[in-house]
Amino acid sequence: MAEPRRRWLRPRGADDLGLRRALADRALPLLVASMTFLAALSAAGFVAASAIARHWQEGAAASLTVLVPRPGEPAVEPGRTRRDAALAVLGGSPALAEFRALADSELADLLRPWLGADAERMSLPLPAVIAVRLAHGAGERGADLDALAARLDAAAPGALLERQDVWARRLAVLARSLQACAGVVLLLVGAVAAALVAVATRAGLAARREAIEIVHLLGATDAYIAAGFARRVTWLAGLGGTAGAIAALPILLALGLLALPFLRRDIGAAADPAALAGAVPPLLWLVLPALAAAAAAIGWLTAQATVRAWLRGLP
Amino acid sequence: MIRMQAVGLRYPGREGPEVLRDLDAFVPAGGFRWLLGPSGAGKTSLLRLLYLAVRPSRGRLDLLGTEIGAADRAALALLRRRIGVVFQDFRLLDHLTAFDNVALPLRIAGRPEGQIRADVTEMLRWVGLHSRRNVHPPALSGGEQQRVAIARAVINRPSLLLADEPTGNLDDAQAERLMQLLKELNRLGTTVVVATHNAALVARHPAPALELEAGQLVAGGRAADDGRRADRGQRVDG
Repeated sequence: MAEPRRRWLRPRGADDLGLRRALADRALPLLVASMTFLAALSAAGFVAASAIARHWQEGAAASLTVLVPRPGEPAVEPGRTRRDAALAVLGGSPALAEFRALADSELADLLRPWLGADAERMSLPLPAVIAVRLAHGAGERGADLDALAARLDAAAPGALLERQDVWARRLAVLARSLQACAGVVLLLVGAVAAALVAVATRAGLAARREAIEIVHLLGATDAYIAAGFARRVTWLAGLGGTAGAIAALPILLALGLLALPFLRRDIGAAADPAALAGAVPPLLWLVLPALAAAAAAIGWLTAQATVRAWLRGLP
Repeated sequence: MIRMQAVGLRYPGREGPEVLRDLDAFVPAGGFRWLLGPSGAGKTSLLRLLYLAVRPSRGRLDLLGTEIGAADRAALALLRRRIGVVFQDFRLLDHLTAFDNVALPLRIAGRPEGQIRADVTEMLRWVGLHSRRNVHPPALSGGEQQRVAIARAVINRPSLLLADEPTGNLDDAQAERLMQLLKELNRLGTTVVVATHNAALVARHPAPALELEAGQLVAGGRAADDGRRADRGQRVDG
């Protein structure tokens, strides 16, 4: 009788320790899949919170408004109006990326909802409104803005610097706290996954105790036995991790679509299907496969550590 | 080579007297010893010491030139590969075929699969189990299982071969064949220790004996003998 071909090469997936039946092959992937699903949601929360925080920092916190009452009257410095004096002060400040005085017609547009179409003809003493964008990072330097406000007041007494950075900064702090929470949840999920794998591995060790003792007596090193377990656990955990990441994908797409209008003004709330791919931040496309890989890595590391610690009980 | 100096063994967590006490013995490389004594005298415990399932709780044990008390885990694993054991209860792995059971020590040692196939096939032919090579142990008879256990013990050409009641499940002809194998391995330089109750077998194959009684050596050890005879390392006669 011809020998089966598998006799010529080391049988693929050789299972000296009989782990195929000993390690929970349904429960473990299912549990790891659930953990990965939770981890994917936390990761999405982490990425979203950081995007929103950045958005607020760069958007709202970076813009402010200067109001100059009685803009047409002469400034302290002779020969120019108060509006020109304020613009000159802004022009001399390096912290500003751009600034622009709103034209009277723009101002009228802003007031129309409150005062009606006749706002321009009412000759109200309207202040000049100057929209300012701060240079990157300047929003965090409150002292600079205080100095700017003082210079404006000196050039055109009564000029006001309306700052939105305080509120934006509070919102950003909130977003960063949410981000930290998501990070903590992510770590906890990883720890729970490791504990699950450890419990499953210990159950496998208990079930295959006799086989392990025999293989140990035949001269198997700790590395040989641990590798047998780690191979199997890594496969099961990787399987669960992949399933969990795939299951999380539709949820992340839906959440991404909901969050889109907040982050990108050019896209309306009812985004077309073409926007679907853009709905998930690019970072998340890396995070999903990374979570599956992390599940496998946690499986490998935990199995190795658990088995090696257990083997210390043998001489 | 086996050297024991004031070796004692107490299983961890168990009170009472030591299982083995004050063992002093020397078995030279290539020696053959029967291990005799009534049930409960400590034969299996002594064998467990010798196949490194336990470390002595006191005294000094040297095996094949390695001091067991000072060796680290990795060194003990390599040492175990040079020790073949035929267990009384065979201790085969039921999920592996007869072939894979016999191949196990070679796979653990990382031998190439081609060599494993040749060696295991030849060994299974020799023990008369070639036609049963793809059968799992539960489907083998007691005698067949014992032959698989023996094949697994000797496949790695061990320097030290330990056997616990190896003829227990064999008929006289098979027992005789096994003795011829053990003597052949011994002639080629393997140190052999065989624990048995079979007085007829011992009578047919006279050789020096380590005799245990209540955990102590009463014959064959250095304290029991004058020691000189044992040190010369006679092989089994007959």
